[in-house]
Amino acid sequence: MTDPEPAFELDCRGKRCPLPIIELARHIEGVAVGELLAVVSDDVAARADVPAWCRMRGQEYGGEDAAGDGVPRYLVRRLV
Amino acid sequence: MTDASSGAPTYLDSASSEPLHPAARAVLLAALDQGYADPRRLHGPARSARLLLDNAREVTAQALGVRADEVSFVGSGTDAVHRGLLGLLAGRARSGSRLLHSAVEHSSVLHAAAWRTGEAASLPVDRHGRLTADTVRAALTPDVAALAVQSANHEVGTVQPVAEIAAAAGDVPVFMDACASAGRLPLPDGWAVAAASAHKWGGPAGVGVLLVRKGARWRNPFPADDRVDERAAGFENVPSALAAAAALQAVVAEQEERSVREAALIAKVRKTVAASVPDVEIVGDPDERLPHLVTFSCLYVDGEALVHGLDRRGFGVASGSACTASTLAPSHVLEAMGVLTHGNVRVSLTRDTAEAQVDAFLAALPDVVRAIRAEAGL
Repeated sequence: MTDPEPAFELDCRGKRCPLPIIELARHIEGVAVGELLAVVSDDVAARADVPAWCRMRGQEYGGEDAAGDGVPRYLVRRLV
Repeated sequence: MTDASSGAPTYLDSASSEPLHPAARAVLLAALDQGYADPRRLHGPARSARLLLDNAREVTAQALGVRADEVSFVGSGTDAVHRGLLGLLAGRARSGSRLLHSAVEHSSVLHAAAWRTGEAASLPVDRHGRLTADTVRAALTPDVAALAVQSANHEVGTVQPVAEIAAAAGDVPVFMDACASAGRLPLPDGWAVAAASAHKWGGPAGVGVLLVRKGARWRNPFPADDRVDERAAGFENVPSALAAAAALQAVVAEQEERSVREAALIAKVRKTVAASVPDVEIVGDPDERLPHLVTFSCLYVDGEALVHGLDRRGFGVASGSACTASTLAPSHVLEAMGVLTHGNVRVSLTRDTAEAQVDAFLAALPDVVRAIRAEAGL
């Protein structure tokens, strides 16, 4: 994917599961349909739970990269 | 049995450990007095101990549908896995050193794989946690020494197609961790070496069963010992082995009636939870599964809070969520399946679990979930 930067980056550093997923659910409607939201999370469970949330919620999981400080960043494209 | 209305706790974690079967208790108490001597000596008390040990082996073999000389009693299920898997690999050292295993094996398999020096490859599973024969076929290379696959998954209950997998593996021998299913389902065909654990079927803890099929090439991976059985080490725990065998014999006799009853209760849990708890994902194969357990994950719920909340209401359940693990990592099984890892609960029935207890659990669960979500502002 040759995506531009996400429309919104959610900082969940230091938050343990399920808080990053709760934050993701709270903020997904803050981006327009078709746009990307990024979840920055150092919680190991986020790697499994962000894609699982996307599947359960009908959103698209856009893969993982890293924030500037190296913390994993999970991309979600809002579809609905 | 506990009465759901009496306030006594309801234990729903038999997949961690089943309470001692009444048949095992009676045998254990009698054998403690009769099975103390060294079964390798030649005097009377030794001959008694040896007789009890041989009897335990015969009964276990018959219950599992194997030969008595294929059965070894070892220190635990984990010990049986380590000896079984590493011994199979040692026996195949000339053919190769690469180990294939499913991504959802019990941690004892993964730790054994990491401990040895040879290479290991983790094979992906589908959304239900099943390893397919096609995946095995695609992963076979000439240097593969052995394949490890469980009979059924200990966390989500999915039964693995072991016979099909073994057929796909061809000449590569299969190590089967049968700890989750032994005594609850008949052993499948196709494996060369297998492991089971007595406290999972209602025997005492501290008894593992190592099965090595006649003709399988197995070499002791650990220091030898001069005991009755060359595959085991340490002084034989004769009373516990006999009690384990008695429990196994009893549960196998009850198996058919019990698995029908348990499967119906679990089907009820699956259906009711899906209907009464919003945003819940019930995981594991809905049909090809262990009869006595079910696992589900509740979105936006802290697994630790869920286990404590249910405990306060009198229900003891397990969880694969990160916050409930000593490692603070989520269950590798749930991760490999690609399902939600937080808010996870595993419910597993004992032979005494009454329908009223399951109903009481089902009545309590929605409130516990709702309260945790409300606290998080949802």
